[in-house]
Amino acid sequence: MGSRSFKEGLWTNHPIFRQLLGMCPTLAVTTTVLNGISMGLAVIFVLFFSSLVVSLLRKVVPYQVRIAVYTIIIATFVTIVDIFLKANFPQVSKALGPYVPLIIVNCIILGRCEAFASKNKLSLALLDALGMGVGFFWGLVTLASVREILGQGTILGYRILPPSFNPLVVMILPPGAFLVLGSLVAIMNRLERIK
Amino acid sequence: MKDSLRYNLRVIFVLTFASLICGFVLSFVFNSAKAKIKENEKKDIYRAIYQIVDNCKNVKEKRINEETVYYLFKEKDELIGYAYLSQGQGYQGKIKILFAVDKSIERLLGIEIIESVETPGLGSRINEEDFKNQFKNLKTNVPVECVKFSPQKENQVQAITSATISSRAVVSILNKGIQSLKSLVKEDGK
Repeated sequence: MGSRSFKEGLWTNHPIFRQLLGMCPTLAVTTTVLNGISMGLAVIFVLFFSSLVVSLLRKVVPYQVRIAVYTIIIATFVTIVDIFLKANFPQVSKALGPYVPLIIVNCIILGRCEAFASKNKLSLALLDALGMGVGFFWGLVTLASVREILGQGTILGYRILPPSFNPLVVMILPPGAFLVLGSLVAIMNRLERIK
Repeated sequence: MKDSLRYNLRVIFVLTFASLICGFVLSFVFNSAKAKIKENEKKDIYRAIYQIVDNCKNVKEKRINEETVYYLFKEKDELIGYAYLSQGQGYQGKIKILFAVDKSIERLLGIEIIESVETPGLGSRINEEDFKNQFKNLKTNVPVECVKFSPQKENQVQAITSATISSRAVVSILNKGIQSLKSLVKEDGK
């Protein structure tokens, strides 16, 4: 049961490629790999600790106000991340801009709190959060890698394609995000069918 | 009846308690990070000053009436202008603008956005060079105006398409800042 909850988010029920959740940060911040990594780590942190608290409080919180309480908890962890980035990584904080506070409304986090953490014991909730978080992380990094390599010819700022390569600017613009996301979802579907 | 009262009290208690704890945690985290955030902002301000005024070689901060005015110098300590950080409400949150003026406070040398949380893709375009460059060399004795079409008169800038509120906010924060800077420098000269 435990390893299944972890694998759910990692592959079988991948938040980006299977559930198509959290599209706003997925499409918007994946212009560079560094942005993708920072956003991914921020989401893992928020998801992990929100699930922890929500799972611990699952018998305390009255049913009618559960969403309000979850939102307060999530918003607190997101604000901690925001303050932490502003203090220690101002460059990253600038690059991600309003997308850090917007993690509060990322449906993966509220979705996992509501659908899983609030109904399961702590250990399972944490495994599920880690699985979903890491799944979201690799999804963002994959998407960002394709976009940065094709759009700028670099990865993490290092040039890997020869200077003669003409960057496809569309890749770092919004349409590029949709094109790459669509292709990756198609690849995922294909892989699923071969199995 | 009694049960529903008890339930309601529980709802109130849980919500209050959750908010209190979260508020407490956040104020603690914020207080421990405040100094570092301030320092980062200061670095941004200095970077912005040197970007706007390329012949500026030295900056001195002066506290006047609890506000900071940046005095800009060329070589040999020759005063070339002032810079000031002005802030106000944007479309979604606070906008902080740094602007620089010449030493007689007649012309704007330029502006830089230090902080903003405007809508990505729309209001956030106030950070683009095309928008900021419009402010170079504008007069400061009359308020800068924000218009929707290409400027016809003097001292007008063109708003960003579908971000009129953000553009207007920048202009009004700037105008307010120019007034404060003028009175602060006057105060200092007395």
